[in-house]
Amino acid sequence: MNFHLTEEQEMLRKMIRDFAENQVAPTAAERDEEERFDRSIFEQMAELGLTGIPWPEKYGGAGADYLSYVLAVEELSRVDASIGVTLSAHVSLASWPIYKFGTEEQKQKYLRPLAEGKKLGAYCLTEPGSGSDAAGMRTTAVRDGDHYVLNGSKIFITNAGEAEIYIVFALTNPELKHKGITAFIVEKGMPGFTMGKKEKKLGIRSSPTLAVNFEDVRVPVENVLGEEGQGFKIAMMTLDGGRNGIAAQALGIAQGAFDHALAYAKERHQFGKPIASLQAIQFKLADMATKIEAARLLTYQAAWLEDQGLPYGKASAMSKVFAGDIAMEVTTEAVQIFGGYGYTREYPVERFMRDAKITQIYEGTNEIQRVVISNYLLKE
Amino acid sequence: MDFRFSEEHEMMRRMVQDFAQKEIAPFVPVMEETEQFPRHIVKKMGETGLMGIPVPEEWGGAGADFISYILAIHEISKVSATVGVILSVHTSVGTNPILYFGSDEQKRKYLPKLASGEYLGAFALTEPQAGSDAGNIRTTAVRKGDEYILNGNKVFITNGGEADVYITFAVTDPSQGRRGISAFIVEKDTPGFIVGKKEKKMGLFGSNTTELIFDNARVPAENLLGQEGIGFKIAMANLDYGRIGIAAQALGIAEAAVQYATDYAKERKQFGQPIIKQQAVAFNLADMATRAEAARLLVYRAAFLRSRGLACGMEASMAKKFASDAAMINATEAVQIFGGYGYTREYPVERLFRDAKVTQIYEGTTQIQHIVIAKHLLST
Repeated sequence: MNFHLTEEQEMLRKMIRDFAENQVAPTAAERDEEERFDRSIFEQMAELGLTGIPWPEKYGGAGADYLSYVLAVEELSRVDASIGVTLSAHVSLASWPIYKFGTEEQKQKYLRPLAEGKKLGAYCLTEPGSGSDAAGMRTTAVRDGDHYVLNGSKIFITNAGEAEIYIVFALTNPELKHKGITAFIVEKGMPGFTMGKKEKKLGIRSSPTLAVNFEDVRVPVENVLGEEGQGFKIAMMTLDGGRNGIAAQALGIAQGAFDHALAYAKERHQFGKPIASLQAIQFKLADMATKIEAARLLTYQAAWLEDQGLPYGKASAMSKVFAGDIAMEVTTEAVQIFGGYGYTREYPVERFMRDAKITQIYEGTNEIQRVVISNYLLKE
Repeated sequence: MDFRFSEEHEMMRRMVQDFAQKEIAPFVPVMEETEQFPRHIVKKMGETGLMGIPVPEEWGGAGADFISYILAIHEISKVSATVGVILSVHTSVGTNPILYFGSDEQKRKYLPKLASGEYLGAFALTEPQAGSDAGNIRTTAVRKGDEYILNGNKVFITNGGEADVYITFAVTDPSQGRRGISAFIVEKDTPGFIVGKKEKKMGLFGSNTTELIFDNARVPAENLLGQEGIGFKIAMANLDYGRIGIAAQALGIAEAAVQYATDYAKERKQFGQPIIKQQAVAFNLADMATRAEAARLLVYRAAFLRSRGLACGMEASMAKKFASDAAMINATEAVQIFGGYGYTREYPVERLFRDAKVTQIYEGTTQIQHIVIAKHLLST
């Protein structure tokens, strides 16, 4: 047993924290206000090697582990959850399936530019009629010679519009239902592939979320990821790891809000003393810190299991449900500690509270995580 | 990071699991029915080496590390929180003060007997008016020749009446406040030492909790532990040790609640199917399992730090607070899942419910843990 990070992981954390505090934090409120995605931040992350942390160097990655990747998402989200999810969707949802199921050619052609941060990735699973029930999708892909012709619509696509590479799930054999789903690598600019409405959101406002449309989009056969009919499995396996990325995002949000609340409680005077000297505030802070530590251990454990090649589905579902829930609780308490000021956009905690909410919803709602966990309990 | 147990720890765990199943489980219903102290189990634990886990081999102990000790408390408490607390008190506060502060003669005289289970240890600090505020004790010790004469009352003493050796705290110099407190090794048959009322408790049936009366009790001067005036320091020196131990006890209860409730939910049929098929039950189980897992990580992280000799004050308090809350919540939910049956003594979950409560109270109440955590947070 060893609960310490390695020296490299500690160094990486420090490097990312410096970057986050100096390059990301200063504009976070402004980008949130303007709902503006800043590609230059992603480019700086690419220069630091953050866009391909867990991929081997031969694919342009940093050759580090998943735990390092989780540290990166945590540290970025500690100042700006929008940037956190940009990276999480890019690595866990767009790059991971190519790394895991892609051919060598696909890896060189698509994983490499993703890992190097020359291209941004996105993941297109959700449709208006199929959210948690992902197998209920209607987008179709019909084989026509050397191509598949895609038709349909996807919604709530993180990084859409900005991304160059999209992992898209479509039905190649509707009769087989979820066993008739196939995954494709779709490039921005393919004729008939267009961006739809950009969502106005409660939080993570500088992360773009769009609908995307497929109208007779001709995707070359060599862009099939894995095999025909394997799509649902690829989607679910991708989400197993992806949800730990979201756990890391939630953890970062909670930690960021807590750090602000602790600093404020020490400074803010009422009744002639800092509010941190009041037991009600102290107990809140103690509860918040304990929840964050528990979430951190669950999240790191899930990443560590993946690094060891051990099963991590149950652990990542636990990390996601726990971290998402405590992010909501901790950020809400942070706003409470700030009082009236916390409710204003002058202070960052209201942004953290808005950002926290999505972590209970996307990459499998927390209800879906409970289904996953209880299915494991049923089987064990 | 490495979230696995070492091979030695795994062996230890299996050994304790076997022991708990074979030697403890059959006696649990007897303790529940009669509140009889499990003396024969203490003896067997002594034979197995469990009564002297941290005691070096030269003093007759197992010389094992802190993680091994926590494993033992955890695994035993899954089967019986009563035996868990008997072992915890015996080791962390009955034996350790002699190990850390005793003279060679005291070690030679007491440690081999404590480590072999021939002697059972206890800790006499709490008084009617001095609970969380332990510095406020009133029991006095006055030097008279080769003896100290002790007068006063202690309450809520675990292993009271059954223990052979009591680490007892008394005021030797009332003018010095906390610095006037001294610690003594008091033997069971000391003249003037009387075991008082045995508490009837909500839970932990079979674990004796009694009052102790010192009525001109004559304690040999050589039984002074350390020197005069360091009693409070001795009492507080090992708080982490005891706290992580109780956290491990609570963890055992929290996990047992998940296990019993899951097994029952798979078997129990209503509306033609097992109740685990009902989402309300399944989600509850998922939350219970996640909570127990978070508690497990906090407990072993604190144990890991402690075993490395690293500072772990805040981590120990977080583990104790979180695990004891998890035990109470999980036990309550387990009773709910069992329904009417859970409310009867036919099933074990009402015992878990009763046993869980005290983990939020002793070895520093949850409120004291909050204060400790907040102090650490505010000092950084």
